[in-house]
Amino acid sequence: MLLALAMAAAAGSIGAFAVLRRMTLASDAISHIALPGIGLALMLGAPPLLGGGAALLVGTLLVWAVERRTRVPTEAIIGVVFSSALAIGALLASGRDLIDALFGSPGRPGPGETAFGLVASTVVIVFVIRARDRLVVRLVSPDLARTAGIDVARLDLAFLLAFALAVSLGLRFLGVLLMGSLIIIPGATAKHLARSLSQMFAISVAIAAACTLLGSLLASRLGLERGPLSIALAAVVFFGSLSLRRRD
Amino acid sequence: MRHALEVERLSVAFGKRRVLDELTFQVETGTCLAVIGPNGSGKTVLLKALIGALPAEGSIRWAPGTKIGYVPQKLDIERDLPLTGLDVLGARSRVSRAAPGEESRALARVGLSPVEAALPVGALSGGQFQRLLLAFALMGRPTTLLFDEPTAGIDEPGERGLYELFHSLRREEGLTLILVSHELNLVDRIADRVLCLSRRRAWLGPPVEILTPERLREAYGSQLRFHVHGEASD
Repeated sequence: MLLALAMAAAAGSIGAFAVLRRMTLASDAISHIALPGIGLALMLGAPPLLGGGAALLVGTLLVWAVERRTRVPTEAIIGVVFSSALAIGALLASGRDLIDALFGSPGRPGPGETAFGLVASTVVIVFVIRARDRLVVRLVSPDLARTAGIDVARLDLAFLLAFALAVSLGLRFLGVLLMGSLIIIPGATAKHLARSLSQMFAISVAIAAACTLLGSLLASRLGLERGPLSIALAAVVFFGSLSLRRRD
Repeated sequence: MRHALEVERLSVAFGKRRVLDELTFQVETGTCLAVIGPNGSGKTVLLKALIGALPAEGSIRWAPGTKIGYVPQKLDIERDLPLTGLDVLGARSRVSRAAPGEESRALARVGLSPVEAALPVGALSGGQFQRLLLAFALMGRPTTLLFDEPTAGIDEPGERGLYELFHSLRREEGLTLILVSHELNLVDRIADRVLCLSRRRAWLGPPVEILTPERLREAYGSQLRFHVHGEASD
């Protein structure tokens, strides 16, 4: 339960910035890149988390390089990377393994997984708190960030790595498809409701945590999968928030 | 170094199109250089190259200890960001570890009230947003201010306030100013030197030499209709 909360807090906080930076598509792409890595790990009999993590690292560096090279929106390239990653992953993994990689697998985490989850969540949360001001200035304008003495390329890379780490947190329980959603949906909802940055963070983390907790509780009551249920709850909150138009 | 900035043979190209071609000029410390020229002549590109945001050939040398404040012409920023002016200034001040009170000093300087600064950036008018960006630039206690189109989106009284602000920044803090402007009256009043860019060539000199009908017609093409207030009309 503690692990689920830590994971949700990490997803909610990094998600707030991912949404602010209009990175929703890029983040989807990054989370899908884990799939071929997981498939490869399964084929070789290595831990799937290791394979997924390695693939995420490669994918992150790829997206970063593309972002740096071109000043045009990177949607097209990302779209291609993301569907080909999905295709390769589907070729490598099959049946139950593929479903688990996409949507998460049931069962309790082992001590190693718990330890990794807690440490990685902490790293992500600490990064967001420490880099928050630089990320805000970068968000307003990379040019202004540069004149304020910020190394924009390095900050972007650190952000993407933290993002990839957050995605890898969810690989085991939510799967690659759903972890991307746990990062994006609370952030998108918070962006819609909040009027300031601190509000946005609070709302994003609260939604991610509430949906994960409620999803786990309901899943065991109703005998459903917790991952899809948590994301379905988050989606309900998002659509519900659309009717609560923010007052200006 | 007497010069705040020395630029030598600066060229910037986008693909095959050369926007700036072997530009050489200096800016003396504490003076104001105005950059004018028709659309597409590379004024904004020049500023961006000066802050290192664009890859460029040639050399750009800032005096040691130079701190740049940059006010862009417009920002590609979403209107519905949950980000207030204070969020932005606060982040800026913590990034540069500014002294406490620096935010309110910058806000007072540009004439933005605390109530306006607490609004989400999307709710600010063009003029208010520009003043927020100016406050942002002043937060770092710059020695040189680069300002892209200071009069864009500013009404008549706002423009007068801007002149006064520029004057006091130069007088009290010895700031070096580099402005890009279409407003030739503003340029005439505050610039010590004018850099006029056109697609073919560039001219550099004091306003009296550059802001002449012949020179401007050559730079802007014959369609230009301009009016510079001389002594007679003022």
